[in-house]
Amino acid sequence: MTEPGIFSLLWVLIALPLAGAAILLFGGRRTDRWGPYLGVLTVCTSAVIGVLMLLGLMALPAEERSITQTVYSWIAVGSLQVDFALQLDQLSMVFVLLITIVGALIHIYSLGYMAHDPDRRKFFGYLNLFVAAMLLLVLANNYLLLYVGWEGVGLASYLLIGFWQYKPSAAAAAKKAFIINRVGDVGLSLAIMLIFVTFGSVTFGEVFGQVGEASEGTLTAIGLLLLLAAAGKSAQFPLQAWLLDAMEGPTPVSALIHAATMVTAGVYLIVRSHVIFDAAVWAATAVVVVGLITIFMGAIIGSAKDDIKKSLAGSTMSQIGYMVFAAGLGPIGYIFAIFHLLTHGVFKAGLFLGAGSVMHGMNDDVNMRRYGTLKGLMVITFVTFMAGYLAIIGIPPFAGFWSKDEIIHAAFERNALIGVATILAAGITGFYMTRMIAMTFFGKARWEEGVHPHESPKVMTIPLIILAIGSTLLGMALLFWGNIESWLEPVTGFASEPTPFPTWVYIVVTLIVVIIGAIIGWVMYARRPVPIEAPRGSWLTRAARKDLYGDAVNDALVVRPSFALSKALTIFDARGVDGFVNGLAGSVGAISGRLRRTQTGFARSYALSMVGGALLVALALVLVQS
Amino acid sequence: MLKRPSITRGVPRAVNVYTPILVLGLLAFGFAAFSVILATFTGPKRYNRAKVDAYECGIEATPQPMGGGRFPVKYYLTAMMFIIFDIELVFLYPWAVAADQLEVFGLVAIVLFLVNLAVPYIYEWRRGGLEWD
Amino acid sequence: MEFISPELDYAALAPMIVVGVAAIISVLVEAFAPRSVRRFLQLVLVFTTLIGALVLVVLNSGMRVLTGGQSIALDGPAWIMQGTILILAILGGLLMAEGGVDPSGDAFAPRASALPGSEDERQFTIRGYLQTEVWPFLLFAVLGMMLFVASNDLLMMFIALEVMSLPLYLLAGMARRRRLLSQEAALKYFLLGAFSSAFFLFGAALIYGYSGSIAFGPISFAITTKAGENTLLLIGIAMLLVGLFFKIGAVPFHQWTPDVYQGAPTPVTGMMAATVKVAAFGALMRLLYVAFGGVRWDWEILLWIVAILSMLVGSIIAISQSDIKRMLAYSSIAQAGFILVGVVAASPQGLASVLFYLIAYGFTTIGAFAVISLVRNASGEATSIRDWAGLGKKSPLIAAIFSVFMLSLAGIPLTGGFIGKWGVFAAGVAAGDAWLVIVAVIASVIAAFFYVRVIVLMYFADPTPDTAAVVIPSGFTTVSLAAGATLTIALGIVPQPILDIIANAGVFIR
Repeated sequence: MTEPGIFSLLWVLIALPLAGAAILLFGGRRTDRWGPYLGVLTVCTSAVIGVLMLLGLMALPAEERSITQTVYSWIAVGSLQVDFALQLDQLSMVFVLLITIVGALIHIYSLGYMAHDPDRRKFFGYLNLFVAAMLLLVLANNYLLLYVGWEGVGLASYLLIGFWQYKPSAAAAAKKAFIINRVGDVGLSLAIMLIFVTFGSVTFGEVFGQVGEASEGTLTAIGLLLLLAAAGKSAQFPLQAWLLDAMEGPTPVSALIHAATMVTAGVYLIVRSHVIFDAAVWAATAVVVVGLITIFMGAIIGSAKDDIKKSLAGSTMSQIGYMVFAAGLGPIGYIFAIFHLLTHGVFKAGLFLGAGSVMHGMNDDVNMRRYGTLKGLMVITFVTFMAGYLAIIGIPPFAGFWSKDEIIHAAFERNALIGVATILAAGITGFYMTRMIAMTFFGKARWEEGVHPHESPKVMTIPLIILAIGSTLLGMALLFWGNIESWLEPVTGFASEPTPFPTWVYIVVTLIVVIIGAIIGWVMYARRPVPIEAPRGSWLTRAARKDLYGDAVNDALVVRPSFALSKALTIFDARGVDGFVNGLAGSVGAISGRLRRTQTGFARSYALSMVGGALLVALALVLVQS
Repeated sequence: MLKRPSITRGVPRAVNVYTPILVLGLLAFGFAAFSVILATFTGPKRYNRAKVDAYECGIEATPQPMGGGRFPVKYYLTAMMFIIFDIELVFLYPWAVAADQLEVFGLVAIVLFLVNLAVPYIYEWRRGGLEWD
Repeated sequence: MEFISPELDYAALAPMIVVGVAAIISVLVEAFAPRSVRRFLQLVLVFTTLIGALVLVVLNSGMRVLTGGQSIALDGPAWIMQGTILILAILGGLLMAEGGVDPSGDAFAPRASALPGSEDERQFTIRGYLQTEVWPFLLFAVLGMMLFVASNDLLMMFIALEVMSLPLYLLAGMARRRRLLSQEAALKYFLLGAFSSAFFLFGAALIYGYSGSIAFGPISFAITTKAGENTLLLIGIAMLLVGLFFKIGAVPFHQWTPDVYQGAPTPVTGMMAATVKVAAFGALMRLLYVAFGGVRWDWEILLWIVAILSMLVGSIIAISQSDIKRMLAYSSIAQAGFILVGVVAASPQGLASVLFYLIAYGFTTIGAFAVISLVRNASGEATSIRDWAGLGKKSPLIAAIFSVFMLSLAGIPLTGGFIGKWGVFAAGVAAGDAWLVIVAVIASVIAAFFYVRVIVLMYFADPTPDTAAVVIPSGFTTVSLAAGATLTIALGIVPQPILDIIANAGVFIR
């Protein structure tokens, strides 16, 4: 259906933050004074429009809740017809709300957090750019436009990770994020090619309508490529290495991009393409496996890091692992993947902003071993952080309980073994989160000299309070009042399978495991003194501190070989042929005179290699003639 | 029944066509090699400075300028001029042979060609290429 | 023997005639105009000519004619490529006309014949001499390129190749700074170019031996009618392709590229990198599709190999380059490989995607070299990548524009490079070359690495004492740079007008 009323403003949703970014980034220093407020204003306006659209969408009957707006015809060549078209349905609606509302809160928080940064105009420009790109990603009605948003959020994330460019670690982290994401992008671009070749279109509606006609092998290939893309963007195994380093960016960025929204784009991609995964069993299984591995990797890394942000980043990996895992379970999981994504987006943003608030009071120190007993000094931060804590470990009635419980339940519907694994991971979550609050807010003060912890200004605490309320109530609100299951069902489908035990059994077992994990964490880190120097730890701790050797593996398998290859090829390219010929001659005799000659006469060596090439070309043609 | 000409039997035609060329090439190469080798055995060897010069022309063909002088390009200019007139003549011959068949088009074409060749000549003249010193 | 005068369609040939006549007039200007007004006269002549020829191309663009006894084909793709070449030549010419960047004149040696470092050279520099012969060279090169994309027989193609190449060899050797490097580059380019021309000519002879004709139509006819032994044909094709692969800079005929890109004056490098790619790919596609379409299965595998080698070797070697011009040279090798993916497809879609790619690549490349010509330190252009550290802090606008070019070359969405890459890859997949496209996508990831490295260095590194400064150019470079940047972005956001033009052009006529 076309775009009645409020929905004609669909493009404005994206255009507002985009215009904000353009004004802030190209306006130069004259926008320094009012620029940040403009940045906040554009996102807040988008949020208001988003809420109005939600109301508009709710007023429509369920089967009409999909609005398409064609902005213009983008590429039309031969059989390839791609419009610059936006599509608003139940799935993109919830994402629009998450992005704009959490985005607006984080923009407001940044007013305080970045108040003293000389480049804050640019910071808000990049944040606006990110919001625009992310909205484009979730509102695109075809894969190619989604890819534009996909690269756009990558670019914004890359600019923001490296925002404090004077830190070499930040610049390196930015580059790493970009490169690893490009690996994922290979998956996405190949998937789009394959989709185009198979279905003759890249528009969601047309592709999903024809899935039945494609062979299962093709669909599996598409599914695996999409999974690769999702793994890159959502920091899933084996492309997880960049997320921990991405914490070099300012904390609001970690909250918005690397916890709440961008890293969940992979989950969005899988759920959006669920028709393909429904028809490709092996690809869906691969999704489950990747999700499960990442749940544990993230949890283990989160348990070992002393840097509060990196510990939270490990936790993010793990929680997104839950979402990917749920998305791989099929129709029983899609809705809960999105449900968990929403609650996680809120409580993890709250946790990150809380961590930022703590850092703000501790002179930007991130090492939890030098925190301690902050609960009395930062009351609002402490209380809001506790709301997020209870939400993430899944204590009723906090938000995370409802969504995680649904995923665990769905896992049991599919297979008891993976169900047990998810409960176990929930226990580890209880452990590392308890460790985090124990080291930060309880125990004894282990502050550096000259640090005077203090509560943050109101502009920072008010977003914290709002997010804390969300962390507490959002789960219930979405489940009981918002009826998320029936809301999303038209887009994702829904199926429920019987399980061997009644629901309350899983809830009780999960709660017991989580509480055991929490008690272990409490005993180890609140009851015993925490040494300021980290103890050596077990092999698992040491491995986890090194991100489970993610960097080392990348370095050994990819980075060093490619540089060596490049250098070697350069040398060969410049004097290879000559060197080869002279090497042959040199082995016969007259070595010294000949070797000197390798340094000159490059043109001759080029010509020689051309002859070689010409011979190869001729041979190739003659030998393979049909 | 006609007997097939034996010359094409079992041998690809292309090879036959090119055989005389191959033979000619071999002869040319053989003659050159023969002359050089014969000269090394029979010729007298009395070397002097002029003899080891390139081209034995008495003037250093590529003198190395001392202390950054200019590179004399006079021979090069002369050679260029030779090419201008040489090419002109080479193309005039075939045109002359077929001038009657090519009619006005051919005449206009060859005149344009001559004008085109005159342009670099004019350029060389105006920019001092014809002055020896 | 009977000779027949060829029929010439003067209207269709008008753009080339205009450029050719102007080139000759340009030589006469050098002969007769006093030194003080030469530069002015040449600039007026060159830009009037190029714009006039462009207008004629646009007016002619509906024509589909074979003229000159089938030796010149002026069809849709030819008009598009001639138009592209002319626009790129105008932008490149603007860069060459820039006189406000180097404190002692333009980018060219005051007297190319003066010995580098000699007293004469110093005198010429002080007196402010300018080598205005670059303008006739530019016009002759453009004439050659226009003819190259329209040649429909092997001899015409060879003549076009030489008319295009010879001026470029000379232009490459005329840099004002680092003259020895420049002269070395020119000599190498000339020697290897002559060598590759010899291959081309040899191939043409063999094809004549096989088919008894040099025109594409009869060659194609001979291929479809002759059965059996075709070794002569295949070796002939191989030799012709060597000559063309050299011009597009495909591996293993690429080694001149880094030396020449580095040594040539930067405006010339930019002009040459953009226009020669268009011309050589145009000629390559016409040759392969029109003359040798009948043996597609034989040359396809060869193009596969050359494409893969070019993409991988170009991308991988570019990673370790420390000179920005050399890096862009290897990048151009890799880009040649990407474009070949579209050529291999041998379909109307492939042709259209290659044309779009060439247009996008041309504008991006000219723009990138325009930026390089502005980033300078005391000794001239600062081409060492290390000297670009922190440029984003010192000159945010120039750094941002250069980033756009890099992102376009890397194929990031909303730039012309993205649509171009997507087009050729989609054409490749549609033609059944899925594996080739997979290699291409992987190579484009490797390539993204070194493009991004420059951006990282400009933005995420602090300026050092060695960091180069951006010189404020005169209107010439500004126009060229602005056009390059605007078109690079416009081709990514609203590519439709260009895609429509290409779609209307259709395919090569036979």
